Amino acid sequence: MAHSTRPMTDWRKAKLPVFAFLAPATIIYTVFMIYPLLDSIRLSFYTSVSGGDLTFVGLDNYRTILGDPGWSATFWNAFWNNMKFFAVHMLVQNPIGIALAAVLSLPQLKLRNTYRTLIFMPTMLSVVVVGFIWQLILSPVWGVGPEILDIFGLKSLFGPWLGKEGSALITLALISVWQWVGIPMMLIYAALLAIPEDLVDAAVVDGASHFEVFLHIKLPLVLPTIAMVSILTFVSNFNAFDLIYSVKGALAGPNFSTDIMGTLFYRTFFGYQLQLGSPTLGATVASLMFIIILVGVLFYLFVVQRRLSRYQL
Amino acid sequence: MSKKVLAKGFAGILAAGVALVPMMASAGELVIESWRNDDSDIWNEKIIPAFNEKHPDIKVMFKPIPPTEYNASLNAKLAGGTAGDLITCRPFDASLELYKQGDLAALDDLPGMDSFSDVAKSAWQTDDGSATFCVPMASVIHGYIYNKDAFEEVGVEVPKTSAEFYAALDKFKEDGSYIPMAMGTADQWEAATMGFQNIGPNYWKGEEGRKALIDGSQKFTDAPYVATFTELASWAQYLPDGFEAISYPDAQNLFSLGRAAIYPAGSWDISLFNSQADFAFGGFPPPPAAAGDTCYISDHTDIALGLNTASENAEEARIFLEWMTGSEFATLYSNALPGFFSLSSHAVEIADPVANEFVSWRQDCESTIRNSYQILSRGTPNLENELWNLSAQVINGTITAEEAAKTAEDGLKQWYAPHQ
Repeated sequence: MAHSTRPMTDWRKAKLPVFAFLAPATIIYTVFMIYPLLDSIRLSFYTSVSGGDLTFVGLDNYRTILGDPGWSATFWNAFWNNMKFFAVHMLVQNPIGIALAAVLSLPQLKLRNTYRTLIFMPTMLSVVVVGFIWQLILSPVWGVGPEILDIFGLKSLFGPWLGKEGSALITLALISVWQWVGIPMMLIYAALLAIPEDLVDAAVVDGASHFEVFLHIKLPLVLPTIAMVSILTFVSNFNAFDLIYSVKGALAGPNFSTDIMGTLFYRTFFGYQLQLGSPTLGATVASLMFIIILVGVLFYLFVVQRRLSRYQL
Repeated sequence: MSKKVLAKGFAGILAAGVALVPMMASAGELVIESWRNDDSDIWNEKIIPAFNEKHPDIKVMFKPIPPTEYNASLNAKLAGGTAGDLITCRPFDASLELYKQGDLAALDDLPGMDSFSDVAKSAWQTDDGSATFCVPMASVIHGYIYNKDAFEEVGVEVPKTSAEFYAALDKFKEDGSYIPMAMGTADQWEAATMGFQNIGPNYWKGEEGRKALIDGSQKFTDAPYVATFTELASWAQYLPDGFEAISYPDAQNLFSLGRAAIYPAGSWDISLFNSQADFAFGGFPPPPAAAGDTCYISDHTDIALGLNTASENAEEARIFLEWMTGSEFATLYSNALPGFFSLSSHAVEIADPVANEFVSWRQDCESTIRNSYQILSRGTPNLENELWNLSAQVINGTITAEEAAKTAEDGLKQWYAPHQ
């Protein structure tokens, strides 16, 4: 390990091993990620006439989705629903995740690992199971929801939340939050553990309370992690599909109030009931999803990440 | 990370499915593609052995795929040239598209096709009726299934007219020991299929109205359709609390547990209730406005079997299809699956009493099929999907009957020339 202190600068000598080590990942990533992505973008510039042949139509599919009154209403409905879905995750999931991580990192806490495991558990469940369990819990017929509310004398507050236009999307978003809250908790918890004890001790000696230590010392130090959690949430929310599909089906009722990009893509690409699927329009929706996510990620990379101050610990 | 995980996932699943098929099908063995995974046992234990008694040298394999994945994976398999020899046909456009793509063979010259009526074949024909490409297997009939014990206990007679029907529901509501009607709107399709398409034919006079919608002489904003939506809206008061979040299985369970009096049914529900309900139940058709009026029932062509043009065993496959047109298959199928009624004109004895009741309506009432299925669901917005959404919303009370009718008509107007 004579070179370990000095980075190797002569790349010609290292060529073979470097490429040998890079090749497996590069090939797999290219074949299964980059190629399908580029090919589906290519597909979005074509249309299939009856009989299955593809004809090049340029940006016509995009004009249809964004310009045709019917399609654009559906698309923007799905987009805004997706934004609401994301907003619930940002406003509920991530603050709860931060709070749980902060509590878990308190030195006095007993049974820390038990809590951590329990909170993380739903993340490991299949989304179909989660959807089914919550449908049962919230069912007006068999659900334990009404009975639990009854204990607190609040039964009158219960409603068929999953079936009402106004509440279905929020309910689904909260179910998703319940399932995934373990992820931000774990990431932020790990970041909190990396904060050196002496920083905290110094603050305590200066007379700071636990809350003040968290707010002024720990939070600024884990801010980059929180930003990363946010962008992960954004990406996974705009790729979300399974929970909505398993609870509400691809028609995402009532009245498309739970329709998000993923379900719109599924309906367009594969068709639904009598609606025949259109691979080319589906690819267009998929490409638009990609653009939306790309814009979000670029915003994070070039605007948010550059302004975050990092501290050498 | 920013990739369409979905697209890749599905492509992967499909690719895996496509890759596995060739290993499973050997030459000379007929493979049947189907979405009826519930029927595997019936095919393997009854239908295929019965066929093999006549043709012991032809091996047949029934290979179902879950219904929600069927269309997509079938298309992928056909494109990849790995689909089975015999293909279960969805009604109307999905199969018509396969025929146009050259995936399904024309079967007009198949001996035995004359044992099916024109209405039975209409779901698997070209628009002009010049070519038929699937052998009709079965239809499903809509109506109501009722709890006989509940009717006796509360003292309600089987309703003969629409007024009697709502009087009965009112009586159950007043009595309070049973939910008058078990249905929910969470899955949306029951509202359209068991609601709108069930009670509607009495308003639009079955085939007459269905054809008038297609040729444009009637519109959704006409009286029969608005009246159907209006009647549908009145169901809300009879449905269980929180029906907005009650799904199809919830409704089935409410009825089979004996908590509800009337269940708007498709005849396929009969076999489930046979195995789960421990009380006597019967069926009645959607009652017409006045006693003695012609009654109309939705007798919907649902399932057929076609021949893959790429099949290497086409000769054997034709023998199987020909056998399917005979009375032996009709009897076997109708009895093995109570609630799926053979479409052939052979006289079939059905042992199940409730299924027999359902099929007997064919004699007293005029049959029709769901009005959104032929031609009208070809454009965007898709009429069938619209009707699901609108019917559910009408019952939920979030739109009025008039608004629903107008939305459906506006949707058609966007793409269908006879309505423009």
